[in-house]
Amino acid sequence: MLQDKDRIFTNLYGLQGPDLRNAMGRGDWDRTKDLIARGRDWIVAQVKDSGLRGRGGAGFPTGMKWSFMPKANPDGRPSYLVVNADESEPGTCKDREILRHDPHKLVEGCLLAGVGMGARAGYIYIRGEFYNEASSIQRAIDEAYEAGLVGRNACGSGYDFDLYLHRGAGAYICGEETALLESLEGRKGQPRLKPPFPAACGLYGCPTTINNVETIAVVPTILRRGASWFSGFGRPKNAGTKLFCISGHVNRPCNVEEEMSIPLRELIERHAGGVRGGWDNLLGIIPGGSSVPVLPRSICDTVLMDFDALREVRSGLGTAAVIVMDKSTDIVKAIARLSRFYMHESCGQCTPCREGTGWMWRVMTRMVEGRAELDEIDTLEDVTRQVEGHTICALGDAAAWPIQGLIRHFRPELEKRIKDYKQRAGRTALAAE
Amino acid sequence: MPKLTVNGTEVEVPPGATVLQACEVAGVEIPRFCYHERLSIAGNCRMCLVEQEKAPKPIASCAMPAADNMVIKTDTPLVRKARKGVMEFLLINHPLDCPICDQGGECDLQDQAMAYGFDRSRYQENKRAVPDKDLGPLVKTSMNRCIHCTRCVRFATEVAGVEEMGAVFRGEHMEISTYVEKSLSSELSANIIDLCPVGALTSKPYAFVARPWELRKTESVDVMDAVGSSIRVDSRSGEVLRVLPRVNEAVNEEWISDKTRFAIDGLRRQRLDRPYVRGADGKLAPASWDEALAAVARKLSATIGSRVAAIAGDQADCEAMAALKDLMAALGSPNIDCRQDGARLDPSCAAGWRFNTGISGIDRCDALLLVGTNPRWEAPIVNARIRKRWLAGRLPVAAIGPQHDLAYKFEYLGAGPQTLADLVDGKLAFAQEMRDAKAPMIILGQGALARAPMARRSSRWRAAPPRRWASSGTAGTASTSSTRPPRASAASSSASCRGRAGATCRGSSMAARGGRSTSCGSRPPTRSTWRGSARPSSSTRATMETAARIAPT
Repeated sequence: MLQDKDRIFTNLYGLQGPDLRNAMGRGDWDRTKDLIARGRDWIVAQVKDSGLRGRGGAGFPTGMKWSFMPKANPDGRPSYLVVNADESEPGTCKDREILRHDPHKLVEGCLLAGVGMGARAGYIYIRGEFYNEASSIQRAIDEAYEAGLVGRNACGSGYDFDLYLHRGAGAYICGEETALLESLEGRKGQPRLKPPFPAACGLYGCPTTINNVETIAVVPTILRRGASWFSGFGRPKNAGTKLFCISGHVNRPCNVEEEMSIPLRELIERHAGGVRGGWDNLLGIIPGGSSVPVLPRSICDTVLMDFDALREVRSGLGTAAVIVMDKSTDIVKAIARLSRFYMHESCGQCTPCREGTGWMWRVMTRMVEGRAELDEIDTLEDVTRQVEGHTICALGDAAAWPIQGLIRHFRPELEKRIKDYKQRAGRTALAAE
Repeated sequence: MPKLTVNGTEVEVPPGATVLQACEVAGVEIPRFCYHERLSIAGNCRMCLVEQEKAPKPIASCAMPAADNMVIKTDTPLVRKARKGVMEFLLINHPLDCPICDQGGECDLQDQAMAYGFDRSRYQENKRAVPDKDLGPLVKTSMNRCIHCTRCVRFATEVAGVEEMGAVFRGEHMEISTYVEKSLSSELSANIIDLCPVGALTSKPYAFVARPWELRKTESVDVMDAVGSSIRVDSRSGEVLRVLPRVNEAVNEEWISDKTRFAIDGLRRQRLDRPYVRGADGKLAPASWDEALAAVARKLSATIGSRVAAIAGDQADCEAMAALKDLMAALGSPNIDCRQDGARLDPSCAAGWRFNTGISGIDRCDALLLVGTNPRWEAPIVNARIRKRWLAGRLPVAAIGPQHDLAYKFEYLGAGPQTLADLVDGKLAFAQEMRDAKAPMIILGQGALARAPMARRSSRWRAAPPRRWASSGTAGTASTSSTRPPRASAASSSASCRGRAGATCRGSSMAARGGRSTSCGSRPPTRSTWRGSARPSSSTRATMETAARIAPT
């Protein structure tokens, strides 16, 4: 279990103020100038050594991502850092807390990450619905400017770095990094084709790296306390601490910072007061936000909460938003609701996602009642396979996986509903005769 | 030159080529809907998915750059499954109303569904219904059929240069529309009919007229403007039903203007198809050809040849005009003309009326001056070519004469001859652009030729053309001509009867100094004016000297 002295987000619950004075009291902006002075290569090497993987869902090694940025810009194009604060994944609310209560961690992280990748400016793209959070982060940016911490000659280091906040207009797809760039440039939020990757041609055609809020916010602490401190938590390749958002049928839903690779059961019982009605009352858990497949209780008993362990059980860590469902849950209806979400949020650009998400949702609504044929379960699974991996961005995959998880682990429930419905319909037909 | 393997065949493609192009080089057909060679890559239909060795999932071949040592497979179970899946998705919300669809028989969706699809659908829900859009009198929509390939959006934005089309809403509610419903304002708008791979955008005048397999296809050249676009005329039982573009890289690529496409209704409606003779009461009365020609013969034999004049109309063909010229010569009349806007042309110098660089020469120019022309109306294809060049990289464009929205940015210098004089004198910044350019281009429009002083000078310039302007690069001087080519052809020679010719004079654009500012376009020409003088006057020589001053050395 993570000890208090090892927590990065010491104001996660807002017990202190988010302002600069309080933030400095918590250790933010401490010797930032010295960190900058150690240079770009040192920063990237530290982040690489720390084993930090992207906290937005895909889990790509952050240091490696930064190292893709060009060392020099001979053609005169500046490099940019973009921070993805469009946290819209159902069940996820970790970035929200950082933006509310610890915004200076993010602002300082932006500066250090900007130095690490040679960025001239940073853009924080924040979800439109996050009004209070946008106010909070804007206040932090303003404070940092006033104190000379960012902007021209940031922290007195001689490095120029500007930071801007941009509010989105409320579209899940704008959390996809290239759709975010499109939206930031003022166009319709639709993902771009890759290649070219943003590190070569991103925001306004310039080299760009897009990182999640949490990824950026942990960087200053990693640089201060050392890469080996951070990589000491969790299993190899799944290092560090992580914010978990535990919601659903638990006694005390919460956000909590924990070590990576903590067993799922321990995480829930220690921090969320256990499943409502006891562990035996557990039906299933979605371990990483709505996009990843649901896990049945048998797997939840033993699985570790990290990227690789969850991948082994054909789910994923995603954003580490743990959605707990007890036995009172209509699991089919729950997944059908997620299908509807993905249908609503599909951008409509490419064929499989545009047409497939609607199809999947319509079949799912019939499955909720059982108004379907048994072989339609296979058809539905086949449709999810036709969407998965065939789309421009990962939203198609995200729409397909929950249904695949449902069919994989709860197929008897689906079959039972169909049979029950047929029986009911048959009775009604007999009664009518 | 990346080398890659496609289905076991090694191919070498130019740098920047895509996997799809590499597959074509290898002779492998890749199905596609959204991809089009002349539009930007959207990669949204996902029909062109192929398998790349060591890639975790199938790749969109239209968007993936070909790279060395790629191993591409297009005939694996994975690829077949992917294509079948995409095809099924495209068809679940497609109305399948082929029997009443005008695209039937020439529909990409039909063809590819036959080749790559499945013969039944597993989709049991209701199909999506999308309200039709009113895009004006030319393009008919049936939005239920739309597969959202966005070719029309990309054409309007990129080629036509009017950002009028776009996709609104998202997910399965996405609709192609003009945002606020309006008619398309582009003069190239109907090309989206050809681009649409399904029957969502069809020709409104041609609606429910014919099936493609009923048509006799005749290759031809358009005469509605001086561009001479390559076209295909589709007819059935002697009646022309529609006109489609043919690919001709040197002229129209594969676009045609709306005028070219839809002018065929003039063959059927309100056509002057019989002679009329003015009777004693002063009114025109229908007559037979015998009566009419007898009346003409009576009048001609009763008049002295020198008092007879002939004016040929815009749509007369070369052979008829040559016959007319011979007839007038036999009658002893020198009074012939074919121009109705007073354009002064010098028929003796071919460079004076040709579009010297060719239309494809626009691709190579690096500075462009438009004089007295609105290419967007007079020659939309030329305008699209200029826009293409403008999009490709830095191209300073300036215009003297009418000020219009040309779908690209240009510097407006002014309207009068004084502006030209200022440019020649180097008073305008654009003179420097022309001087620095390696292949500057001047497009001289009919509006400039129709000015009397301009024309007089231009014919005088023939004696000693300021070679530096014209010979300074690949482009040199060119001209869009007016809307109708036979005018130019009759004034010059029969070589222009195909409509390729413009009407211009080499270097003449710089010579309009001190000309009158009023247009004389509507004044009927007289013999003396269009012939002009062959000897440069002292004032013209001065102009030439000033032109030489700013010309590149």
